[in-house]
Amino acid sequence: MSTETGRAWVYGDNVDTDVLAPGAYMKLPVEELAKHCLEAIDPGFAGAVRPGDVVVGGENFGMGSSREQAALALIELGVAAVVAKSFARIFYRNAMNLGLPVLVCAEIDGIARGDELRIDAQRGRVENLSQGSVLQCEPIPDHLLAMIADGGLLPHLEKKLAGGRA
Amino acid sequence: MTLAEKLVARAAGRDSVRPGEIVTCKVDLAMMHDSGGPRRVKPMLERLGVGVWDPAKVVVISDHYVPAVDAESAAILDLTRKWVQDAGIDAFHDMQGICHVVLPERGHLRPGLFVVGGDSHSTTGGAFGAFMIGIGSTEMAGVLATGEIWIRVPPTIRLGWLGRLGPGLSAKDMVLKMCGALGMSVGNYKALEYAGPAVAALDMTERMVLANMAAELGGKVGLIAPDETTLAYLRDAGAGPAEAGDWQTDPEAEIEATHDFDAGTLEPQVAAPHSPENAADVDAHAGVAIDQAYIGACTGAKLSDLHMAATVLRGRRVAPGVRLLVAPASTRTTQQAAADGTLAVLTEAGGILLPSGCGACAGLGAGVLAEGEVCISSTARNFQGRMGHAGSQVYLGSPYTVAAAAVAGRITDPRGMLTEQAA
Repeated sequence: MSTETGRAWVYGDNVDTDVLAPGAYMKLPVEELAKHCLEAIDPGFAGAVRPGDVVVGGENFGMGSSREQAALALIELGVAAVVAKSFARIFYRNAMNLGLPVLVCAEIDGIARGDELRIDAQRGRVENLSQGSVLQCEPIPDHLLAMIADGGLLPHLEKKLAGGRA
Repeated sequence: MTLAEKLVARAAGRDSVRPGEIVTCKVDLAMMHDSGGPRRVKPMLERLGVGVWDPAKVVVISDHYVPAVDAESAAILDLTRKWVQDAGIDAFHDMQGICHVVLPERGHLRPGLFVVGGDSHSTTGGAFGAFMIGIGSTEMAGVLATGEIWIRVPPTIRLGWLGRLGPGLSAKDMVLKMCGALGMSVGNYKALEYAGPAVAALDMTERMVLANMAAELGGKVGLIAPDETTLAYLRDAGAGPAEAGDWQTDPEAEIEATHDFDAGTLEPQVAAPHSPENAADVDAHAGVAIDQAYIGACTGAKLSDLHMAATVLRGRRVAPGVRLLVAPASTRTTQQAAADGTLAVLTEAGGILLPSGCGACAGLGAGVLAEGEVCISSTARNFQGRMGHAGSQVYLGSPYTVAAAAVAGRITDPRGMLTEQAA
């Protein structure tokens, strides 16, 4: 997993799929859709986010639709991970399936916008370099760690299918 | 075991399962629509170099981009039609209505099935005693390639409804009440099971509202144990042999939590922008002026919903300066509502009929909102910007409440406007 650092983009509870991937742009290619990611609650986000940055949410991040473009738009913008107190179940699976690590962490309240974070998904840790603190996250189940180590569900299946044919 | 545990155990080929276990389930049926379906899974399956594991177990329904309004949506539908043919999938319902309504209408669901749907409101299938979960497109590609999916066995939360609904109240009021009382994450990673006399008294289209909006409560599934009402619906739908059998929660099964509500004292509910959990008694929002009233979506434009609207609109007119848009949930709904006179009531009142599909509920079709406009809608979600401009305001209510607001030009208690039920 990445040991690069990135800046924190901090939002509240119930960030929904419709603000992550607005319906009006859903028929467009993801690189177009991504320009409108979080636009309704933070119009500057898509233009200012940099590869390696981390999105921090409260409870129930990604609630709503099953559209995986909600996770795909974040990946397109280079977001390295999402850390939140809890995730809506479909978003959680979608993100992991696409190789975007999502970490459940109860202690995120101290993270401020712009804090420099280092994410260690394998060990379930978030290091806040700006504040000199280390936050412990819930461990990711082994079968999902194996999947994101392969880069997501499709590469994971490719490997399995190749193994089955061999 | 709970109903959820029994359903998962069967699909996992196990005698029993416990909450928290991670198991692999065989998928009995996979349902996709035009937005998250072929256009997304086709390149993934090509990358994997595999076809669909069992085309007889796949149902495709076009509902998001129908009818096409521009070249992009037309291309999505074109791809959908061609892929379905290439993949050898016979069960393709093209422009026949919204997937969650068409799937049971055409007899694809039965108690005991383990079903995945490429849409969050796939929980609707729980109304029929099927374990039906919403998944994303990559997950769907995995299912199409392997016929399997892993899940964590969910604990069950029982949502009990005592008493009986009064006139002018509906399942939408029940589920909005629960969103307001319990919030939108109460069901996260959990099975929700609706039970009690007020649930048993609902017909299937109303039960579907509860199961559908299990998604708004965060639930993995929204189950209702099958009974004679379920079986009668399935017989009419030509679903094949179906039994209520043992598909119910055992009396001694472990339930994580129970929340009980009283249907007898329930008031009409309205959820304020921008969340279903902003639900409150209608009086809290009475007097809010509206620009648009929208009756549509999987949860809000089935035949029972159109009947509710008609009981309010019969002999009345939509207020000047207000538009009432009605998008029946399926073509079959439209046919039935035409045959029993309901459509005439809606259009004579000034309602404008729109095509069957997800439409404005998903911000796609006709009826989206401008900045500053206010809409009351029988749909499931009022997230910011979902139905149009991020600066629009969407209130949610039952078809009774939406119709009453259309007549009054502002949000009002519908119980003062009820006439005899249609048909």
